[in-house]
Amino acid sequence: MLITNTEEIPGKNITTCLGIVSGSTVRAKHAGKDIMAGFKNLVGGELTAYTELLGEARDQAMERLKDQATQIGANAIVNIRFSTSSVAAGASEIYIYGTAVIIEDAQ
Amino acid sequence: MFDIAVFLSLISLGYFVGRYLEKRHYHSINTREQALIKVITTNTKRPLGTLGKVNKVELVTGNAVISVDYFKRVAAGLRKLFGGNLTTYETLVDRARREAILRLKESCQGATQIINLRIETSSISQGKSNQIGSVEVLAYATAIYADAPQAGKQATAE
Repeated sequence: MLITNTEEIPGKNITTCLGIVSGSTVRAKHAGKDIMAGFKNLVGGELTAYTELLGEARDQAMERLKDQATQIGANAIVNIRFSTSSVAAGASEIYIYGTAVIIEDAQ
Repeated sequence: MFDIAVFLSLISLGYFVGRYLEKRHYHSINTREQALIKVITTNTKRPLGTLGKVNKVELVTGNAVISVDYFKRVAAGLRKLFGGNLTTYETLVDRARREAILRLKESCQGATQIINLRIETSSISQGKSNQIGSVEVLAYATAIYADAPQAGKQATAE
């Protein structure tokens, strides 16, 4: 599965457009390592626990996106966009959407 | 009395440790940016110039969550009474953005060009009140791995 956030893929031609695919996940930010993050908040700097958590959430949403695209027979997803929204205090939703297409090598 | 002592020690801890950490972080950002400056990175949709045979195209991402220290939070609270630039938060988002872009670039070493770079910022509230405690920045782009253009087809700046 080839994934880009550009409209076209250099070196490839888009033959069929299969429509929008999306993947999302909602995660709470206060699980587990939250106490350490609270201490870190006093001195500032990177909150590694949250960086990892959001990274994992994004990977999961990406997996769901790929599954959906595979199901409808796409071999690439173009024009990917990420968006984050907080649905409740301490939880955030990660939403990824893109266009599923079929590509072939350019001549 | 005890409350004031705790408050003052938290402020001084935030001021000294926070300032030291920020300085160290900026130093690390600057050196890493210098090392990666050669990779062409744009937010245009198409690659710049002429590319040779394209070997691989992939989506690359980089994210960072940075929080502000206690002293800066108090200082920003005072500043809000008068309005104006909240410089303490400016460095916060600046650090987060540059760090996210650096992580993106480091994740695709050897790429010819990185195109269509998009940056997204979201604030992570602590759940209690509306104050900005930390921000998350996500940078995402498309990395292109290509051969050098063939002779006769020189790359142009256009």
